[in-house]
Amino acid sequence: MTQSGRVVVLAGGLSHERDVSLRAGRRVAEALRSAGVEVEVRDVDSSLVPSLRADPPRCVFPLLYGESGEDGTLREVLDLLSIPYVGSPPSASRLAFDKPVAKALVAAAGIRTPESVTLPHDTFREVGATALIEVVVDRLGLPLVVKPTRGGSALGCSIVTELAEMPGAMVGCFAYGPFALLERFVDGTEVTVSVIDTGSGPQALPAVEIRPVDGRYDYSARYTAGSTEFVTPAKLEADVEAEVARVAVEAHRVLGLADLSRTDLIVDGDGAVWFLEVNVAPGMTETSLLPLSVEAADLDLGAVCRALVDAAAKP
Amino acid sequence: MQQQPARHSRETRLDMYVDRYASRTRGMTASEIRALFAVASRPEVVSLAGGMPNISGLPLDTIGSMVHELVAEHGTEAMQYGSGQGVPMLREQICDVMALEGIEAHPDDVVVTVGSQQAVDLVTRIFCDPGDVVICEAPSYVGALGVFRAYECEVVHAEMDADGLVPAALRDALAAAAAAGQRVKFLYTIPNFHNPAGVSLSEPRRREVLEIAREHDLLVLEDNPYGLLGFDEEPRRALRADEAERVVYLGSFSKTFAPGMRVGWALAPHAVREKLVLAQESSTLCPPSFSQLMISSYLAGQDWMGQVKQFREMYRERRDAMLEALDDLMPDGTTWTVPAGGFYVWLTLPPGLDAKAMLPRAVTARVAYVPGTAFYADEFGSQCMRLSYCYPTPERIREGVRRLAAVVEQELDLRATFGVATKVQPRSYDTPNTDLT
Repeated sequence: MTQSGRVVVLAGGLSHERDVSLRAGRRVAEALRSAGVEVEVRDVDSSLVPSLRADPPRCVFPLLYGESGEDGTLREVLDLLSIPYVGSPPSASRLAFDKPVAKALVAAAGIRTPESVTLPHDTFREVGATALIEVVVDRLGLPLVVKPTRGGSALGCSIVTELAEMPGAMVGCFAYGPFALLERFVDGTEVTVSVIDTGSGPQALPAVEIRPVDGRYDYSARYTAGSTEFVTPAKLEADVEAEVARVAVEAHRVLGLADLSRTDLIVDGDGAVWFLEVNVAPGMTETSLLPLSVEAADLDLGAVCRALVDAAAKP
Repeated sequence: MQQQPARHSRETRLDMYVDRYASRTRGMTASEIRALFAVASRPEVVSLAGGMPNISGLPLDTIGSMVHELVAEHGTEAMQYGSGQGVPMLREQICDVMALEGIEAHPDDVVVTVGSQQAVDLVTRIFCDPGDVVICEAPSYVGALGVFRAYECEVVHAEMDADGLVPAALRDALAAAAAAGQRVKFLYTIPNFHNPAGVSLSEPRRREVLEIAREHDLLVLEDNPYGLLGFDEEPRRALRADEAERVVYLGSFSKTFAPGMRVGWALAPHAVREKLVLAQESSTLCPPSFSQLMISSYLAGQDWMGQVKQFREMYRERRDAMLEALDDLMPDGTTWTVPAGGFYVWLTLPPGLDAKAMLPRAVTARVAYVPGTAFYADEFGSQCMRLSYCYPTPERIREGVRRLAAVVEQELDLRATFGVATKVQPRSYDTPNTDLT
C-alpha cells in the first residue's frame, strides 16, 4: 500500500482535554492547508486503525492531549502501523508526560526544579491525610502547588496558600488521577519556551511571558481570549533569556523529545530559572503559547507545521 | 527583578475588543466543566447530561412528504418574511393545544417565538431593568437563568419540595424583596415535570401560588414545555387556565414534535402581547415562516396526539429504567426525585459530596451528568445533579447508573480520607454560575 500525500491531523479523543484538542486540530489543519498541504482531520475511534491501514497518510500530526494522546500510547500504535508522525517517540512521551519522572530526569541533568513529592490517594488513606499533609507542608512550605502527575491545561491544579485549603485541593487533584504532585511554589515571572526541530536540531523559539489578568493561569485564563496578557518575547535580561532557551532545549534533549515541545518555567526574583514541566503535545489553539512563539520569531505557523511534517515524513 | 527588554516586546491579550465588551459579558469564559461535556458527546460515554428530546420515533418519511408538499404548494409563503406575531392559522392551532390544559385563549393573544427560549428572552426584555428581581424555583432551568443574567436581573431562588414550589418560600422571597425595597418583576416557574427537579406543582399549591400572585400583584411566567408528557394521567390544569391577567404562559413544540423547528409561543394579556410583538420584530423581524407552516400542516394532517402518546410511553420506559437502576445501585445516603413525566431526575448525593468536583472522575468512568450548581444563580446545588433519561436506551441508562454509582463510591472514599465537606457558598449574585448554558 503506498502512502498518499495527505496529512492526518488527529484531534479529539476521550480525555478531559478533548475540547482543547478539537480546537487545536482545527487550527493546525487550517495552518497546514494555508501552506498547501492536503489535510484530513479525524477523531480517534474504532475506525481509525482500519482507515490508516487501508489508506496510509504521508504523516500524522497528533494533537491529542491527556492520557493516550501524550503518554505515548497512540504513538505506539502509529509505530506499529509504520506511519510517520510529528512529535516525540512513545518512550520519550511516557517519560515527559509523567511530571515527577520528567522533573527527576531534568534535575539529574543539572536543571533546577522546585522540590516536590509525589503521593497517591491510597497513601493518604493508609497513613492518615491530616498527618501526611502536615508533614508535606512542613517540608515544602506554603504556598505550594498541587497538581495531577499526568495531564494538562491546569486541570485539577491548585495553588494552596493556607493549610485549611489542602484537603480541598487534594480532592480536586485526585478527581483527575490517582497520583498528586505536591511542589514548592516558586514566585516569579512565568515564562514558556517552545522548541522546534525541523531537521537541523532543536531550536528554542522566543520565550513567552504569561501574565494572567486575575493572577492565576488556570483553565479559564488559558482558553478565554482576553483573560491573560502575553508578552512576546518575554521581558528578560539577555543572560536570562539565553538561560531559559538553554533550559528548554536541554530538557527537550535530556527527555529524548523530538520535533516540538514546550517547557514551562519560572524565573525567580534572582533571575534563577526553574523547570516546572514539559509538554510533548504543546497547545495549538487560538490562545495557545507555541503559536505565539512562532509569531514572535517572525515565522508563519503554516510554514512551521509544514516543515515539521516534511521532517517527520522524510524516509 | 527589574528587567530591561532586550528588544521590543509585544503585549497582547489575544482579543482586541477586550476592553469594549459590555459588563454583562463578565463570566462568559471558558469553563473546564463545559469542556468536559465535549467528551460526553462520544458514544463511549453514557450521557445522562443532555436534555435532547428523543425524536427517533417521528415518521420522517411522512414529514418529508409534507415538506415537499409545503414547498410545492406554499413555497413562496413558506420562504418569505411573515408576521411578527406568527402565522394566524398556527396561532389558532396553538389555542387548541393549550385547551388540553384547560386554557381558553384567543389567537390574537398568542405570539409565536423561536422556541420558548426566545419567549423567556422577550418577556424579560420588556419587563426587566438591570437589578430587577426575578424569583425562580430552587433549582431552576439553566437556559432561563442565562437570560436573566444577560438582562442583569437579580435572581432570588425559592425552595421546592416533592410537590413543587413551596408557597411559604415564595412568600418569604417576596417579603425579603419588599423589605429590601426591591421590585419583583415576575415569578418564573415550571409547574409540570420540572427541569431540572423532575417534580410537579400539586393542585392545592397551584391555587395557593395564584392567590399569592393576586395578593402581591405578582406576574407569573409559566413555562410549560413538558406539560403533555405526563406518564400517568391527563394533562394537568395550567396556572393560566385559572388566571388570565397575571400569568404569561409559554409553550413549545420542541418536546411534542421537534426541537429543530424552533417554534414556541407566549400567551399573554393583551397589553403585554402588544409589547412582545414589537420586541419580537426588533429581535428577529418574525419567527421562521417555514417552520410555522410545517408545524401547522403537521398538526392539521397528522395524528400528533398519537405521536405524543408514543413519546410518553418511550420516556416512561426510560424513567422506569433509571429509577430501578438508582434503587438497585446507588449507595446509601443518595436520594432522588420520582418524576411523573418529562425528562429529568434530580439526585442529591450523600452529605459532603460535590457533584461538580466529581465530574472529571465521572467522565473518566464514561458517564456524564449536569452538576446541580448549573441550575442556581448563586452556586448552590453542589451536592446535587440532574440526570436525564430522555435520550439513552434503558440498557444504556442502567449502565450509566452503574458507572455513576461506582464513581460515587470512590468519591465517598476520597472524602472520607480528606474529610472535605461540600463548600456551601453564601447566596449572592456576584458569582453567577456559567457552566453549561
